[in-house]
Amino acid sequence: MTSATPRRILRGGRLLDPAGNLDTTGDLYIAAGRIAGIGTAPTDFGSAEALDISGCVVIPGITDLSVHLGSMTHFGREMSAAARGGISTVVLPPDLNPVIDNAAVARLIQERAAGTGSARVLMLGALTRGLEGSRLSEMQALADAGCIGMTNLHHPTQDARTLLRCLEYAATCNVPVFFRPVDASLAAGGCAHQGRVATRLGLRGIPHSAETIAVARDLLLVEQVGARAHFGQISCARSVELIADAQARGVPVTADVGVAHLLFDENALEGFNSLFHVNPPLREPADREVLCAGLREGVLTAVCSDHRPHESAAKHAPFAASEPGIACLEGMLNAMLSLVEAGQLTLQCAVERLSAGPGRVVQADWLGLDIGAPADLCLVRTDGHTTVTADDLVSHGSNNPFLDQRMPGEVIATLRDGQFIFRSPALRSD
Amino acid sequence: MTAPRSGAGNLQLNENGELCHFLSIDGLPREILTQILDTAESFVPVGKQDIKKVPLLRGKTVMNLFFEPSTRTRTTFELAATRLSADVLNFDVSASATHKGETLLDTLRNLKAMSSDMFVIRHPDSGAAHFVAQYATPDVAIINAGDGWHAHPTQAMLDMLTIRRHKGDFARLRVTIVGDILHSRVARSQIRALNALGTGEVRVVGPRTLMPAGVESLGVKVFHDMKTGLQDADVVIMLRLQRERMQSAALPSESEFYRLYGLTEDKLGVARPDAIVMHPGPINRGVEIDSAVADGRRSLILAQVSYGIAVRMAVMSMVMSGQRGGEAA
Repeated sequence: MTSATPRRILRGGRLLDPAGNLDTTGDLYIAAGRIAGIGTAPTDFGSAEALDISGCVVIPGITDLSVHLGSMTHFGREMSAAARGGISTVVLPPDLNPVIDNAAVARLIQERAAGTGSARVLMLGALTRGLEGSRLSEMQALADAGCIGMTNLHHPTQDARTLLRCLEYAATCNVPVFFRPVDASLAAGGCAHQGRVATRLGLRGIPHSAETIAVARDLLLVEQVGARAHFGQISCARSVELIADAQARGVPVTADVGVAHLLFDENALEGFNSLFHVNPPLREPADREVLCAGLREGVLTAVCSDHRPHESAAKHAPFAASEPGIACLEGMLNAMLSLVEAGQLTLQCAVERLSAGPGRVVQADWLGLDIGAPADLCLVRTDGHTTVTADDLVSHGSNNPFLDQRMPGEVIATLRDGQFIFRSPALRSD
Repeated sequence: MTAPRSGAGNLQLNENGELCHFLSIDGLPREILTQILDTAESFVPVGKQDIKKVPLLRGKTVMNLFFEPSTRTRTTFELAATRLSADVLNFDVSASATHKGETLLDTLRNLKAMSSDMFVIRHPDSGAAHFVAQYATPDVAIINAGDGWHAHPTQAMLDMLTIRRHKGDFARLRVTIVGDILHSRVARSQIRALNALGTGEVRVVGPRTLMPAGVESLGVKVFHDMKTGLQDADVVIMLRLQRERMQSAALPSESEFYRLYGLTEDKLGVARPDAIVMHPGPINRGVEIDSAVADGRRSLILAQVSYGIAVRMAVMSMVMSGQRGGEAA
């Protein structure tokens, strides 16, 4: 596919890759799906499609570490939504129907993904068969079929001994384990953070300890085994501290946070707003601050959408009976830019945690804006604005908290392997 | 960035600031609560007349939608609507068949087609009444008859009427609520109402396992020792203890709960000599309250029931007039 890709020159954009210490205005040359030159043309580049992108910031392709689809029904549409949001790589957790717990399912999904010609699709395999927490999945077969890590998500293993065996086996296969830390007994039946708002609204709470106990236990087991591990969708301040401690001791762990947890806290639930019924729950304002600080300081290396698209009926129910999750492939980048605008993150940090941070979680030798790297790019006007409405939403999930809100940033184009997978009408050839 | 709001306070009041739904005490100004009490006061004599009817809701249809079993509360709502001359339909739905939101929404859309003017709704999910008022039936008045652990505002208002009639000025009172605060929609609404009406001091008493996280933030002083919590109290409100709390490891046994938190004459001795005792009913004798206290001279448990009808008449007539006010505006 890449051999047929036309040569392109992106002229006059701000080329920004904080992980590679690159911040310069100049031309970017693309050939055979890869970056062929930065600033100056490679020798014998020849003719190419030239695009004037002055006013745009070119950042490395965004990797979204957690995109839940539920089923494959809207697969193509959701991948287009990712591209619309500036995302060129998505990671699918194994909780699909069918569960990604064997090589056949993994290959089936890869075939579907190849057919969409949209965002690159990576998969996580199930750590245990059917995510049931008792028998190991065939991790080597899953890895061979393209799974970049294993996870049991929020589903518990039957005991700590089983989890230990899973970690040992994953280490044997040299695949990282992704945790979505939660103690099932402490979280049972809960739908909101156990705090002031849940107390007043009479909602069954999920305490901080439901997450922190699992983080502490999982970290200790990871340290014992020496496995590679990633903690996803962290929601508590104390979890950030526990992970920072482990990192300081040299334990090879990375972590991410869902974008909703950076922007909102438990107060968003006022009036029983089921749009903010998410899992893990939105915590206290103090947690949100520590999550932002953890992202700034690099304890949390990535931000993800934790996209869970739902039909409107899924949210049209009393709070606890509504389906948890938000859909924000379209809006994650803008939300990060709103944090930049609010002075909570620098633009460099926001870009790094969307691109290099998650990129290195899924690929150790990830390359950003570098010669020879795949031309996975996001072109964004940081001085522009976007208002996504229900009518022009690409995702089938209307449970998007950013609908009808004027957000900073406008995605102009998304490229994967040098091909446009989203291109705004505003972008024209010279 | 702020989250899109769907404020509970605004939802209950029309543009003129009049009550148009009654979902929770939360977000209602003191004047509205006082107006409910004053209106209820005027309805108390109706129950003592030969012809116990006033024509305020003549031609209106009130539908009782109970997604949770209840006899007493439903009966008092039915009586209240009948005394206001409304037509009443009872719609009992077993909780198991309709625990999912889609079913609730579909059920309501069907019922709406029957041109009801008011839904009285009880549901096991917190926020169910808000949900109905927001999405399902914007032009029907909604009265919350209890939603999950969240609110039971008519019960709280009948308790406020009882306190005002028997103890007067809220500012001078110490009120102690005892028992399972965590799972109690009654307690949450009482605490809100007592604070909104300017009660001198509101206390809660119970074991840590039956207290919600950060309960102090509701505006209460927390006690785990019953006698300390009852010291000099003017009003003692006992809550009903559900038997399933023993299975959920919240309590070791009924007998230990009774020993620590059951209301006896002995424990009541530290309260003020003229203290009154209340209970939303139905009572568990020998679990949360001793029979001698429940049937004693300070108990107002039966008076509460009769005030319940007057309060529900008041709320029903006010929200119906608030709906019309909204239309006119």
